[in-house]
This record gives sequence, structure tokens and C-alpha cells, in this order.
Amino acid sequence: MKKITIALAGNPNSGKTTVFNNLTGAHHHVGNYPGVTVEKREGKRYYRDYEFIIIDLPGIYSLTAYSPDELVSRQVLLGENIDIIINIVDATNLERHLALTVQLMELGLPLVIGLNMMDLAEAENLKIDCSLLSQLMGYPVLPLVGTKNKGIDELLDAAVHLKEGPPAFLKKIIRYQSGVEKHIEKIKGLIPPDSVMTGGNDRQESLKRWITVKLLENDSEVVSRMKRIPNSQALLAQVAESRQQLQEQYREDAELLIVESRHAFARGAVREGVEFPGEDRVSVTERIDNIVLNRILGLPIFLFVMWLLFQMTFTLGQYPVDWLDQGVSALSSTLEAILPDGLIKSLVVDGIIAGVGGVIIFLPNILLLFLGITFLEATGYMARAAFIMDKLMHKMGLHGKSFIPMVLGFGCSIPAIMATRTLENPKDRLITILVVPLMSCGARLPVYILLAGAFFGPNMAGNVIFSIYLIGILLAVLMAKLFRTWLFPGPSEPFVMELPVYRIPVWKHVLLQVWERALLYLKKAGTVILAASMLIWALFTFPVADNGNALDPAEKMEQSIAGRIGYSIESLIKPLGFDWKTGVALISGFAAKEIVVSTMGTLYSIEGEDADPEEEYFQQNFAERVREQSGFTPLTAYVLMLFILVYIPCLSTVAVVYRETNGWRWPLFLIGYTSILAWIISFLVYRGGLILGLA
Amino acid sequence: MTKMTLKDLTPGEKARVARINKRNIIGRRLIEMGVSPGCEVKVERYAPLGDPIEIKLKGTHISLRKVEAEIVEVEKEC
Ligand SMILES: Nc1nc2c(ncn2[C@@H]2O[C@H](COP(=O)(O)OP(=O)(O)O)[C@@H](O)[C@H]2O)c(=O)[nH]1
Repeated sequence: MKKITIALAGNPNSGKTTVFNNLTGAHHHVGNYPGVTVEKREGKRYYRDYEFIIIDLPGIYSLTAYSPDELVSRQVLLGENIDIIINIVDATNLERHLALTVQLMELGLPLVIGLNMMDLAEAENLKIDCSLLSQLMGYPVLPLVGTKNKGIDELLDAAVHLKEGPPAFLKKIIRYQSGVEKHIEKIKGLIPPDSVMTGGNDRQESLKRWITVKLLENDSEVVSRMKRIPNSQALLAQVAESRQQLQEQYREDAELLIVESRHAFARGAVREGVEFPGEDRVSVTERIDNIVLNRILGLPIFLFVMWLLFQMTFTLGQYPVDWLDQGVSALSSTLEAILPDGLIKSLVVDGIIAGVGGVIIFLPNILLLFLGITFLEATGYMARAAFIMDKLMHKMGLHGKSFIPMVLGFGCSIPAIMATRTLENPKDRLITILVVPLMSCGARLPVYILLAGAFFGPNMAGNVIFSIYLIGILLAVLMAKLFRTWLFPGPSEPFVMELPVYRIPVWKHVLLQVWERALLYLKKAGTVILAASMLIWALFTFPVADNGNALDPAEKMEQSIAGRIGYSIESLIKPLGFDWKTGVALISGFAAKEIVVSTMGTLYSIEGEDADPEEEYFQQNFAERVREQSGFTPLTAYVLMLFILVYIPCLSTVAVVYRETNGWRWPLFLIGYTSILAWIISFLVYRGGLILGLA
Repeated sequence: MTKMTLKDLTPGEKARVARINKRNIIGRRLIEMGVSPGCEVKVERYAPLGDPIEIKLKGTHISLRKVEAEIVEVEKEC
């Protein structure tokens, strides 16, 4: 069967995802581009004798080298195997969308332009002349309604036509001002033929011109690429001279000159091809925004939406979580009863099932969260949320969109970190990912309740716990600022963005997207979580000291690898007032922070291990035992809470960071910085407390 | 006379873009979003916390921070 490879390109919010889903049905998979956190979606479609491979590029405004999304798109488009570009543009926003089209035209690939949102354009009384636009642009322009699946096959027909037919189209390319063209000719002559990698002669010519224009725009990636060719010195010297001369001639930077010409071209096409209705009326979107972005109402409405999202994710999500939890425990007690005692049983029950349980237990939260977020994104509210919170977040060196993940962090870091996907800028996203674990999550609360209850009594416990949460927030603000200045210096990404019109989401597409995300979580993070749970199990199980007389659980733990690690790090955590048993408990907390308590329970041989930790009797018993055996004071307990707040997030979080950043570098950094920070904070508070006499 | 920028407009005011004053990534992004010399802009509102601002331009709504609005020089029509 003949093959046509298509790249789907377009601005964000052009309806590209909708069209992609229509084109491919459910036959696609989602992955990552190598080395970057940009999502890669690829799908297939069989139509007329062809197998279409459809590659969905990230939504972009331009083909510069400023963002990974743009770089990735360029790489795909400049690569060997793309036959045709299908460019989705928003008919109600033609001028801006066509500016990208103009850049795509310069790549020398056949182009099909899909005018999406024609239903909205009609509702707005825009009269768009597609055939005139086709003539002006030099490539077929076809009407589409993505949400109604209209006009989709015609896109493919046009693609086939371009592939098979005689070149029916003009292959238009935009011309810049005569002065610019003069310099383009000069520079182009200096580019050796073999430095353009792909395509036939025709394409080579186009690409040479493209490289030339990019050089004039001072495009960092193309410049560094051209530094490697033989006559680079002469070439780059000419580029510098040309830029200088253009600056003098037009009193404008060459880069802006070129960008402006492209827009002028798009503007011209729109002026001729589109007839606008007279005076514009106040649109529905404007009416909604008058309320939702109102100076007084805007903030409360936003907070209410946040509250709903949080409640839905965690309160509503708690029911399925509980069912899953019960299911998992039912399964493990059944197996406990069936399997013979021994290592296998321990592996299955405490290793595998606990690990699998640890993976799926988050699934309801993740599904619900993404349902909420995808819904908010599809309606257009997400951009408003960023608009409302940007001032506050910008003060921390972050972006308005960082707010939502940070709030979700109070529930659980895992969905929170996955929610950072709404941040387009990779620096903003990384910083947010790195500080989210400092927002104290729900799993840490039982530990605080127990420790605070046991050592501070019911009256003080609330305040003590509240102070821990506050310290977490303060540390997050502080670290975000530090990371912004040290790790990612330089000017921050512009905030300039569109506030799209409100739309009613299409449920099918929302659900599809939610499902994709959940699947990604299960595949990538799930496997890591499972493996790490088994590793932790092994640490607490081996070596099996079996000298006939059964050891009690505390002794077993002491002799395990974890126990030994606990001993060996004792000197490290001694300055914080902890002993080796605390060390062991902290190691177990790596699996999930709430486990710290039960490990301590085992180690200090506290009776009634299954007793409700919130019960007073258990708390007293716990406090007494721990005090007796380790010399803990309220101060040490407080320091331990602080340490648990800050130190290495649980392994599921680390796994998700690995998955979201596409490598081990950042999860390792996260482990490193949180451990060091936890130690420093704990040390300061402990020593300070001692000096103040708060033993 | 100091020149007027987008930042100096209050909500509801209209003006015409005269120049983009900086050649950095912000300037470029603004042009990409359609903020180019000659076009008419209207400041719709400030965010509830006072920054960023929302402008309307050829039927689309764009938000930008005040520091970014500062580089857009505008002329008010009389
Ligand atoms: N009215 C209308 N809405 C559309 C059309 N195509 C997409 N949408 C909606 O536009 C929004 C953005 O679409 P999406 O495919 O996510 O855009 P992307 O950002 O380009 O991937 C979604 O709410 C879609 O349901 C269309 O032809 N008409």
C-alpha cells in the first residue's frame, strides 16, 4: 500500500487535536519526543488506496527556536519523511493563524490549509472566500468543522491530489522588502549545496532560502548549525554585515522586519479573502468575562472553581480510592490465607500486591483531576485562571498557570505534578514540579496527627500541624525563587497569550484525552513505582535470619538491610536528634509517607499495632514508647515532622517526575535537594530549639 | 514629551499601536500575536490583582503583563 506521511500543524486552540482525533479515530499513540517533554502523538488512517501516517505537532505560533515545542516541530518538518503538511487554522482568527501558514510555506513542502471553526465564522457573519484564499496563498484552502467531523476526508483528498497530481498549485513563497531580498540573494550564494540535508532539488532551493532567512533573523539554532559548515566564517560575516545594513536602511531590527512582513502578507490575504460584518457586538465570551474576570468577583469565582476541582479530585475521588483499597486488602488477605508461609508469600503479599496497589490507588484521583483540568482547558477557563493568578505567581518567579498544580499538591503530589502539563514553558514547568512536593500532601497528615497528638496533646496539635503546612508553603516560595535565579537565570518567558473564546467542550474528545493521560501514567510511572516498591520490600525482608527461633517483627526489621542502613546513617541524623530507628522509619517512608508511623510502631514494639492511631490510648502508648526508647522530646517530634515534610518525596512522586521530565536527571535532583534541605531545616530548628531550652 | 505606552491606557481606552520598542522575544511574540504598528487596540481590563492586563485587538483577546505592555508605544486618536 502506498504511504503518505502528514504533519499536522497549527496554532494552539486551532482545533488541531480535535481534527487529529477525527482523522485517526482511536488509532494513535502518545509518547514523547526524545530528550524533551513535548508530547508526540502519531496515528494512522487508511483512506482511498493510501496508508496515512499522521504526526500531530505541538501547537505553535511560529517556527522560531525559542521554545522546545517550536524546535521539535521544526525538526519534524525539516526531516526526511514528511510528504505533506496539513495546517489547521481558526477561521475566526485568520490573520494570526495565517502568519504561521506563511512560515510553513517557506519550508518547501506541499501544504493543505484547513479552515477550522467554520461554524463559528458563520455565526459571526464572516464571509470567507475559500477559493480566493487558495489563490492568494497558493495552496488549497478547505472549510472544516472539527467538532462536527465535517470536511475531514476532503483534507485527505486534497493531500492525495497534491501527492499524485501534477503540481496544480503555485508553491507560493512570500517576498520580503526589496532590500531584504537583496541580502537574501547575497547570503544564499554562500551556503554550500550539501549543507541542506533533505529533499530533491526543488526542496533544496526552498530550504536554502529558509536557512538564509533564519540567519537574518538571527535564529540561534540555525546559526549554530551553520557554524559547522566549511565556509562558515565568510557566511556568518556576511550575515552580520547584512543585518547591520538592514538595520541602518530600515531603522528596524532585521528580525522584526521579517516577522512583520509575514504578518503583512497574512493581513493582505485576509483583507481580500474575508468580508467582515460591520460593527462588532459584545460577544458571549465578553459577557462571560465581564463576570468571571470582574475586579471584585473574579478572584472569589476562581477560588470557588479551585475548590470544586480539589473537592472533585480528592473528596469525590476518595470513594473509588477506598473501594480499590478494600479490593487490594481483600485480595492480599485471601492470598495470605491460601499461600504457604515463606518468602514467596511475603513477596506476593507485601511486595507485588502492595506495589500494584500503590500504583492503582492514585488512578481515581488522576482520572478525576484530568477530567476537571481537560474540561477547564477545553472551555477556555484555564487561560483566565492564569490571568487571575499571574501577579502572585510571578512574584515567586513562576507563571500564573503554576497555581493550580501547587494547590493540588496539598492533596497529592502525583496528580499535581501531572497537572504541570498545562505550563508550556519548560523552565516554569520544571520549577513548579520541583517545588510541588513541598506542599504538604494528604499522606503526610496522618503522620503529623500521630506525632503532634502524641507529643503536644490535643490542644496544641492543630496549631503545630498548621505551622508545618505554613513552613512548607514558605519553603516552596523560597525554593522557587532560588531555582529561578540560580538554576534558570535569564529573562522569564513572556506572558503574552491569547484568552480564547469560551467553547462548549465535546465530551468524546475530553474523555479521550483523559484516558490517554491515565494510560501514560500507568505505563511509565506505574512500572517504576512497582519496581521501587519491590526494592523497598526487599530492603525490609533480606537477609532472612532464620536460626530456628522466630524473631519478633522488631528484631527482624533490625537485621534487615533497611535496619543496617538505619544504623549506618545514624551518625548522619544524630545531629537532628534522631536515632537509627527513626532512620529505618524514614527509609520506609520513601514507599509512602504514611508508612513511617507503622514502621515506628513495629520498631518500638508498640502493642496493638492495628489500633487506630488517632485513638488516645494508642497515642499515649506511642509517645511513651518512643520517648522511653529514643529519648524523643516534643522538640524532636516537631523536627521529625519537619523532616517528613521536606525530605525525599515518596517514590511514586519520584516516578512521576521521571515520567514527566523524561529522564533521571530531575528526579535525582529532587531527591538530592529535598534531602539536603530537610537536613538543614531540621538541624536549624533542633539546634535553635535546644539553645532556647525547648528540650 | 514622554511617549505613551499601552501600559498608560486605562480600561476602556482605545489607541493605535505606533511602535514596538524592543527587539527581544517579547517584541517578537507581540508581533506574532498580531500587535503590530497601525492596528487599533483597546484595553479591556486589568486582572483582579492589578496585573496582567487584557487587551482586545481585531476581535481577539490577549493578555500581557504590564512590563510587557510597556514596550508597546501607542498614539491616542483625538
Ligand atoms: N465550534 C467549534 N469548536 C471547535 C471546532 N474545532 C475544535 N473546536 C473546539 O475548540 C477547542 C480547542 O480545540 P482543540 O482541538 O483542543 O485545539 P488545539 O489546542 O488546537 O489542539 C475545543 O473546545 C474544541 O471542542 C470547530 O470546528 N467548531
